[in-house]
Amino acid sequence: MAKVSFREELCKGCELCKQACPKGIIEMGSHINAMGYHPAQVTDMSKCIGCAFCAWMCPDVVITVEKEGKA
Amino acid sequence: MSKVLMKGNEAIGEAAIKAGCRYFFGYPITPQSELPEYLSRRLPQVGGVYLQAESEVAAINMVYGAASTGARVMTSSSSPGISLKQEGISYLAGSELPCVIVNIMRGGPGLGGIQPSQSDYFQATKGGGHGDYRLLVLAPASVQEIVDLVKEGFDLAEKYRIPVMILGDGILGQMMEPVDLGSETTLEAGEKPWAVTGKMGRTKNIINSLYLDPEKLEKHNRHLEKKYLEIKAKETRSELYQTSDAEIVVAAYGMIARVAKAAVDMAREEGIRAGVFRPITLWPYPEKELNQAAAQAKAVLTVEMSLGQMVEDVRLSLNGRLPVEFYGRVGGMVPTARAVYEEIKRLAKTYGEVK
Amino acid sequence: MGVVFERPKSLTQQKFHYCPGCHHGIIHRLVAEVLDELGLQDRTIAIASVGCSVFAYDYFDVDAIQAAHGRAPAVATGVKRSRPESIVFTYQGDGDLASIGAAEIIHAAARGENITVIFVNNAIYGMTGGQMAPTTLVGQETTTSPQGRNPKNAGYPIRMSEMLATLPGASYIARTSVHDPKHVRETKKAIKEAFQVQVEGKGFSLVEVLSACPTNWHMTPVESLEWIKNEMIAYYPLGKFKSAEEAK
Repeated sequence: MAKVSFREELCKGCELCKQACPKGIIEMGSHINAMGYHPAQVTDMSKCIGCAFCAWMCPDVVITVEKEGKA
Repeated sequence: MSKVLMKGNEAIGEAAIKAGCRYFFGYPITPQSELPEYLSRRLPQVGGVYLQAESEVAAINMVYGAASTGARVMTSSSSPGISLKQEGISYLAGSELPCVIVNIMRGGPGLGGIQPSQSDYFQATKGGGHGDYRLLVLAPASVQEIVDLVKEGFDLAEKYRIPVMILGDGILGQMMEPVDLGSETTLEAGEKPWAVTGKMGRTKNIINSLYLDPEKLEKHNRHLEKKYLEIKAKETRSELYQTSDAEIVVAAYGMIARVAKAAVDMAREEGIRAGVFRPITLWPYPEKELNQAAAQAKAVLTVEMSLGQMVEDVRLSLNGRLPVEFYGRVGGMVPTARAVYEEIKRLAKTYGEVK
Repeated sequence: MGVVFERPKSLTQQKFHYCPGCHHGIIHRLVAEVLDELGLQDRTIAIASVGCSVFAYDYFDVDAIQAAHGRAPAVATGVKRSRPESIVFTYQGDGDLASIGAAEIIHAAARGENITVIFVNNAIYGMTGGQMAPTTLVGQETTTSPQGRNPKNAGYPIRMSEMLATLPGASYIARTSVHDPKHVRETKKAIKEAFQVQVEGKGFSLVEVLSACPTNWHMTPVESLEWIKNEMIAYYPLGKFKSAEEAK
């Protein structure tokens, strides 16, 4: 079990996280944030493996990743 | 302490060490190379750092770095090298960093010559680099005064967080005179809360001159202005020689003031009441002191090794109250006491009561 | 569940001003992660340069100095010489380091200054609006090379890492890229090694990071990744050009 959370207000919609996700579960939201961008979101969290590739690629440090069994 | 015989350039170095300066960054240029040479020997002996930079541009930025950490730091050069340092000087002023910059002036423009000159007065006192800023400019006239002003320069630089320039000429740098070096300054640690030293639990410090928001830049400019006005009010220095009854006041700074004194002595022997006004701070310019010195005067003669630079400040200070004439030699030629005396005599005839 | 990835402590909470998909943010984060992991935050002094990363002093939660264009290595020299116990790094772009500051970087390396340099190469002047940089590729279109960089007029792009690695004073020189997660990890490893070189007092370290400027390249952030991979790396090969062991 893993979970990624996005600080949506920081997202600039660059899609680098979406490109990096090996499970293809990141999509850009249809709504816009305060900066006017479509922020990234996860479509199916149950498929997340917690690899943190999205967070590694994110230029705006939007993403926090949590994983089962990690302290 | 007993006096020692020292060359001007070397005295600057020893005075800096006595003032607690342990860092020097420079680049060789005539006629000030004895100073970096001296410090390259002396600084390692006192646990300091002498570093020869790849250029004057790099040297002044090394000064910027060391000053940012709160260290007492100095650089020196001569006219063309000081031109190269102007970018860094503007940043030092904008970031409010204390340091001492020595300019042992030589002739210009361009590569000019290597003989003494006073042709960097405008550059030193009116800007030089970009932006609304001032340097505190000190102009010694003897090797002893070099020692005193270098020490005072470091204190003033830190008191006001401002770059201080010691403006001398090739004669002063090259000549030897006996000096009393005085005692060593003891520096107290932790008196610069603004310095970058690693944040160690406190909020971080930033050394910066960038303010993209015009309101913030105006506020910063006003803050600098306030400081400059305070310096103007409190820190002018000058020397008066025989001015109390002087009809003709000779305004001259640095070595040329000594030539002017000799000329005044010659004039006094001829019954001409002449005196010398010598500004020690070129910025702030001692306006009040000049007006006091010229209280009884009929005319002021400004003598410089330039085509006439300080004369503008003399005119501004007197604000049309008195005629101001100019005598200068340039290119490394030095006005003689005889030539200055002849000028005094001419002015006395033109403007004086005693014909 | 435990946190496996979060914002490093050596970054402030300040939102980056960079364009969407700009890699400065990734590289800032990697530097901050390394400072956290090596426990250096409290003793570090960052030197920001002129270019898009001019506000780096606001983003790193460490003491910082803003330097004139190209002069960061000289400023860092002054800092390190007066505070050898501090960890000092510069963060410079290609215009700053390879053009106006070419003399300063070469001589800092030649002296073996015990500092770390993060050199971000995106082959363009970003802040001023996409003009030709010293690292702009031959044929690359910019606002000042509208027909593409023509070496007959504008000369050739400079491979700074290879050049600096020839200097005996340089202890650690590496070129990396951040165009995919694997290379981001390798970049972090290189940055960590570079800081370790400084911590151990082994001298000058530099990491050149190939980086995207989607706005001025006129590409999407995702297209930019491909351009780094296919065009930039072809001219700027990745690798370690000098390691502390083989220095001197």
